[in-house]
Amino acid sequence: MPEQNKMPVTIIGGYLGSGKTTLVNHLLRNADGKRLAIMVNEFGELPIDADLIEAQDDDIISLSGGCVCCSYGNDLIMAMMDMAKMDPRPDHIVLEASGVALPGAIANSLSLLNDYSLDGIVVLTDVETIRERAGDKYMSDTVLRQLEDADIVLMNKADLVSDNISGDVSSWLAEKSPGAQIIKTERSVVHPTLMLQDFERQPVSGLGMKHHDAGQFNTELVVPDGPVDACQMANDLIENTPGLVRAKGFVKSINGTMQTIQIVGKRAEITPAPEGAEVGVITISVGG
Amino acid sequence: MTTIFSARKIITMNPSNPEATHVAVRDGRILGAGSLQELEGWGQYTLDETFKDKVIMPGLVEGHSHAMEGTLWKYTYVGFFDRMDPHGKVWDGAGDIEAVITRLEEANGKIDDPDAPLPAWSLDPIYFNNERVSREQLDRVSTTRPIGIMHASGHILNVNSKALELAGLLKSGINNPGVPLGKDGLPTGELKGPDVMTPVGIHVGFDRDMLACDEEGLIDFAKLCVRSGVTTATDLAARLPEEAVNMMLEVTARKTFPARIVPLRYHHGVTPDELIKHATSLKKQSTDRLRLGKIKVVVDGSIQGFSARIRWPGYYNGAPNGLWYISPEHLRHIINASLEKDLHIHTHTNGDEATELVLDCMEEGLLKHPSRDHRFTLQHCQLADSAQFRRMAKLGMCINLFANHHFYWGDEHYNLTVGPERAKRMNACATAIESGVPMAIHSDAPITPLGPLFTAWCAINRLTASGRTQGEEEKIDIDEALYAITLGAAYTLKLDGEIGSIESGKRADFAILESDPEDTDPTKLKDIKVWGTVQDGRIFSAADL
Repeated sequence: MPEQNKMPVTIIGGYLGSGKTTLVNHLLRNADGKRLAIMVNEFGELPIDADLIEAQDDDIISLSGGCVCCSYGNDLIMAMMDMAKMDPRPDHIVLEASGVALPGAIANSLSLLNDYSLDGIVVLTDVETIRERAGDKYMSDTVLRQLEDADIVLMNKADLVSDNISGDVSSWLAEKSPGAQIIKTERSVVHPTLMLQDFERQPVSGLGMKHHDAGQFNTELVVPDGPVDACQMANDLIENTPGLVRAKGFVKSINGTMQTIQIVGKRAEITPAPEGAEVGVITISVGG
Repeated sequence: MTTIFSARKIITMNPSNPEATHVAVRDGRILGAGSLQELEGWGQYTLDETFKDKVIMPGLVEGHSHAMEGTLWKYTYVGFFDRMDPHGKVWDGAGDIEAVITRLEEANGKIDDPDAPLPAWSLDPIYFNNERVSREQLDRVSTTRPIGIMHASGHILNVNSKALELAGLLKSGINNPGVPLGKDGLPTGELKGPDVMTPVGIHVGFDRDMLACDEEGLIDFAKLCVRSGVTTATDLAARLPEEAVNMMLEVTARKTFPARIVPLRYHHGVTPDELIKHATSLKKQSTDRLRLGKIKVVVDGSIQGFSARIRWPGYYNGAPNGLWYISPEHLRHIINASLEKDLHIHTHTNGDEATELVLDCMEEGLLKHPSRDHRFTLQHCQLADSAQFRRMAKLGMCINLFANHHFYWGDEHYNLTVGPERAKRMNACATAIESGVPMAIHSDAPITPLGPLFTAWCAINRLTASGRTQGEEEKIDIDEALYAITLGAAYTLKLDGEIGSIESGKRADFAILESDPEDTDPTKLKDIKVWGTVQDGRIFSAADL
């Protein structure tokens, strides 16, 4: 299946109580026409407003706006294979991992399913408890492996601690999640654009234009002067764009072929570009 | 209507009346065991001499098996060891990869539909010097039909090129630790771990319902019970949706159904509160031959799959620690609620860290909900050390050790997973008894074959497949082993008042043996022939199934 026809999957990881379910609900309420499919381990704690629910059976809840929520129980892969047959297909899959799951391992398994592509791994942390969790007798290595797997770390409940503590936790997270961009959040409120790739709808109109959206994120279009080494360019963007969360676009490589650059956190992927792609990379960053 | 059965010898497991020659049965229950003269006082009777040359034991109790053992026999058996199917046919073990291929070729020739998959099971490369099966070897059987072989451990699947092609995985560039690649950059056909097996498994006939037990599978499982002397067996992890429960209620109620089944509700896929609610409602549906309402919680993975949670110093080969399959918070919640509501939990732990977590949660739970006789049971619990056994005893826990595992994978643990010292303490039956922890031993069928006499042999001799004795100090004697496969297992199911011994008032559940285990060389215990069983007073001859 061509890369652009695959369904993007965002994996939401993080320990119990870090705000995963709140984030999932926030994304659902702000889907803005996007047809999301939410995969959860079990329905139990998903407080979906009753008026959003159109129908429910054992393993699936149909929501207004074409969104669905499915529980995968103990067989995630089988549930994902069923999801691929859904008609019409969802625009984006949001997979809420269980609190003890390793999101990197889930991403590895999904890479064997041809209908999906990994959009990114978002790991939530509770600023107040994350360091204690990371020192827990039983859960320490699980929590640290979750952080290592992350492309984006949400530092949740940041409003509940002092700036000092918040700063400390932030530097600690930067060390434990070397591949991730860290975003401070309150009650899991974060713009869906940062969580789910949505470049097609970004209001970018020209070279170097900077777009501010209520102080939540910036977008910018970067157009290189001529052919570039795509890997090198991706690394430069990661290193030199403050607060870079995502980037996607097309460049002409030195050998003349068009390539797609896609960045989430500090992970870049270079693939052949689809036909008709025009040169230009959109970056989405926070802060600044 | 009273029937008195005569026997060469009756081993009762009743300490106040250990041996008898006759047993009297009325309405499926035991009036008493003793001499004919002693039993005649119960009034008019029919003397049944069917077993006059046989040895009668209490019906054996398998405290950790899965009814899917019955279902798996629909597929081609390619295991290394000889194994009996539900119909009594003994399949020769496949001694090398060539023998596996030959067995598959025979099966291939019997399928008319050229596109139909060929699923097989119970492969174990450990016995082929760890030589792996490749897709090219399986392609010799067929290049047009998808073929898959499930390993004995259940953790690895080998497939041919056609199966990979159907799953869209016959390509280069795969980067997944569960998918080894050959020199050509393509997958070798070996797939490790459930998440990697699933996408290909559905193309080779291992579909989603493989683990679920259907009607035919349940009947076949019960036949295997008769052939191994088992009258009560657990189905240790099932989702138990309404339609499955209704099927099991109907099938087990049939006059011809020869076993008592104890299915446990698996914790996965529902919230802790839903789990408790479901188990509570199942409990009310229990019948004599289908005992519902118990809970199974899986805490970690397996040691040979490196997914068990083990304590420092970790895996012998340096592999990273395994996986938690439940959070401590959820485990604690389930334990607390079950203690409060008098629900019975069995926990799967393989690694000693997972066991430690269960002990911590129990200690805490019992402070809030003191329960004098909860009998929560640690299943497998293979790596527990003596300090943990002492804690189990204090906390009133039971244990069901995986004695068979020691034989099949003991060498692997010695060489690779946990190293020599800890391999010797695995499945420490003697320590369990010495610490005062009520103990059973199990097969985990279909992972290893159902057969408590074989399981007892494993615990007594502690031989590994290569013929080494591993853990001399943890051997138990014949009396202890026979207790473990009868009353010991019954105790872990809270059924010891009804089954597990031959004494007045209990269910007339017997294992009918061709020779006397108490008068058998302990190294030959596994070779004792089983004639069949009596269950609830009904006679089931293995030869007539």
